[in-house]
Amino acid sequence: MNEINSRNSTILQVEDLKKYFPIRRGFFQRVTSWVRAVEKVSFIIKGGKTLGLVGESGCGKTTVARLILKLLEADGGKIIFAGQDITDLSEAEMKPLRKEIQIIFQDPYGSLNPRMTIGQAIAEGLKAAGIDNRSETQQRLEKLLKMVGMSPAGIDRFPHEFSGGQRQRIGIARALSVEPSLIICDEPVSALDVSIQAQIINLLKDLQEQLNLSYLFISHDLNVVGYLCDRVAVMYKGHIMEYSPADELFDNPVHPYTHLLLSAIPDSERSDISDMNTLGDEPANTLNPPAGCSFQDRCPISEDRCAQSEINFEKVGEDHLVRCWKTAKHGSYQFFS
Amino acid sequence: MVMKISDNEKLLSVQDLKVYFRSEDEVARAVDGVSFDVRREETVCLVGESGCGKTVTALSIMGLVPIPPGEIADGRVLFRDQNLLDFNDTEMQQFRGNQIAMVFQEPQTSLNPVFTIGDQIGEAISTHEDIPESEITRRSEQLLKDVGIASPAERLGDYPHQLSGGQRQRAMIAMALACSPDLIIADEPTTALDVTVQAQILRLLDSIQKLRSMSVLYITHDLGVVSKIADRVCVMYAGIIAEQGNRQEIFKNPKHPYTQALLASLPNREKRGQRLYSIPGTVPNPAYKPSGCPFHPRCQHAIQTCAERYPGMCDYGDGHHARCPVLFDGGKDTWCK
Ligand SMILES: Nc1ncnc2c1ncn2[C@@H]1O[C@H](COP(=O)(O)OP(=O)(O)OP(=O)(O)O)[C@@H](O)[C@H]1O
Ligand SMILES: Nc1ncnc2c1ncn2[C@@H]1O[C@H](COP(=O)(O)OP(=O)(O)O)[C@@H](O)[C@H]1O
Ligand code: SF4
Ligand code: SF4
Ligand SMILES: [Mg+2]
Ligand SMILES: [Mg+2]
Repeated sequence: MNEINSRNSTILQVEDLKKYFPIRRGFFQRVTSWVRAVEKVSFIIKGGKTLGLVGESGCGKTTVARLILKLLEADGGKIIFAGQDITDLSEAEMKPLRKEIQIIFQDPYGSLNPRMTIGQAIAEGLKAAGIDNRSETQQRLEKLLKMVGMSPAGIDRFPHEFSGGQRQRIGIARALSVEPSLIICDEPVSALDVSIQAQIINLLKDLQEQLNLSYLFISHDLNVVGYLCDRVAVMYKGHIMEYSPADELFDNPVHPYTHLLLSAIPDSERSDISDMNTLGDEPANTLNPPAGCSFQDRCPISEDRCAQSEINFEKVGEDHLVRCWKTAKHGSYQFFS
Repeated sequence: MVMKISDNEKLLSVQDLKVYFRSEDEVARAVDGVSFDVRREETVCLVGESGCGKTVTALSIMGLVPIPPGEIADGRVLFRDQNLLDFNDTEMQQFRGNQIAMVFQEPQTSLNPVFTIGDQIGEAISTHEDIPESEITRRSEQLLKDVGIASPAERLGDYPHQLSGGQRQRAMIAMALACSPDLIIADEPTTALDVTVQAQILRLLDSIQKLRSMSVLYITHDLGVVSKIADRVCVMYAGIIAEQGNRQEIFKNPKHPYTQALLASLPNREKRGQRLYSIPGTVPNPAYKPSGCPFHPRCQHAIQTCAERYPGMCDYGDGHHARCPVLFDGGKDTWCK
């Protein structure tokens, strides 16, 4: 699989990805407005690396995932996988590429067929990858289950007989069955208890090392992202607001929204609740955004200019981009001290 | 002037509480000998993984455990030296809301969808006080304002679905405050919310608590949140309190192997590149708890005795207790049974 995924090559690049969902009203189901779920999303994932995609609920993270998987058709922008533009590929043209990109979900229960044993569920993937010889299937199944730390004895059991953490392992085994080079993890540990979460995170890291996998790791938990990711893209109302190596983002955040997110992390390092920032209200809906910066209604340093024209993604350092003209020009502010 | 002694007064004292759930063929010992105090103006956090008995503990205090299948097998819940477990339904109903109020995890399920926010806050007030309609409206408006909801007068006429998740949780808090209780029990009130909204709600609770000199029993599985808001912490595992102490002690000087393991398994940026500690196995089913110390099958310090005898509480001074004789100097004498 991973000739594609040699280190430091770009495995996935998305450029100005866009997706609007129509809102239909009335008898004729006329389109009355649009949900601007994904407006301008660009990032790169390198072979064997992990990109974190973070942002508040509804900002468009899962929609980005579905666009990359081509479960949704993009309204604009490009998806380039291993050097090949796959944006406009037909279903048939996509077929050989399907197995390269897999996804694991927050709730593996919802994505596992309750009437299929886990052996059958994982074997589906193997079949899709062209393995249908029985003894080979059996061998691969056992190997996959072992890989994710489960006993092969579970092969003939049903999803409800497993705990949340075990189901997440099964979901991972199923994704691995087709030997993908990129796995999209959509909040894979959010629903798990701390002790189980650590098991799954360790597993994801081990697998990445063994198989040289790349991950797009979607999460709203910045502690997990800080632990796991090499780079981070911060998303707000359909836009990537800041994109940078993880260390740089945590040490030198530039965008006001990144500052807000970082100050809201409940961690045990900062000591007091008064250090937590609570700026503004929740994000308003994405139906009729004002012109200019999508963060302007919550931004502590906004100016008239922020509402006038579109805000560009500007370079502020090596591999560090920010969608805020003001901080890009003048550097980060001491926003919240 | 209130006397100084009252500052340390125990408002709530839960003593050796045992709550079991019986079904045909098994007994789930959901809460199995829990003791802790909440003093005036104090925030106590009850923290533990799912299923460890946090919610059942809270429901017992509120007199809301469904009986049957539930059964209060033992213990006392003293509020200002009255045993709430002796109260009948009418007495308890009077008591709830008035002196202790609860905020639930899912505001969607605890707010009635067919009544307006104003109706529901008004109801909370008029249950306990006989005051004219106009006064109820005025008070309701003030409450919404207190919890930081913009244009409160209009919001009173809104139905729950018209509010965002964060606003609904604020409305729940407003209802809980309606009769100026002395103690608020908040069961995972921010678990379903974004970090930025969570930060707002935590701050809100903090400021209201100071303003009104209330006590808060805050239930969560999130150690990050605990590290921000707790005065004292009770760490629960499998229906028992494994360790309790003030916040500093629990985070800087944990004495129970379970607390130590939980902290070691939290991912964060500082641990990047290191392997997370992961507690082997899973939380036990309360109907089939291990003998002796319920943590022993997962504990890296376990010795033979741990599987045979129940560990006693070991006193580290200054209110810091841990139920693990193995790590305690002279712990030999503290084993029970
Ligand atoms: N099929 C759809 N039709 C209409 N609107 C949609 C559809 N799918 C998503 N949306 C809207 O697009 C926006 C982005 O949704 P998305 O699921 O991508 O958010 P998210 O960042 O994954 O949020 P969360 O953290 O809650 O999972 C939301 O406003 C959502 O309601
Ligand atoms: N009404 C009930 N009937 C039977 N079992 C229950 C009931 N309520 C809770 N339990 C069981 O008690 C245990 C503790 O539950 P709970 O207090 O809700 O845990 P948590 O710490 O996650 O809040 C769980 O095993 C749960 O399944
Ligand atoms: S562009 Fe303006 S409103 Fe947007 S983040 Fe920058 S300063 Fe704030
Ligand atoms: S009593 Fe034994 S099993 Fe329980 S926490 Fe202590 S060492 Fe571990
Ligand atoms: Mg999502
Ligand atoms: Mg609970």
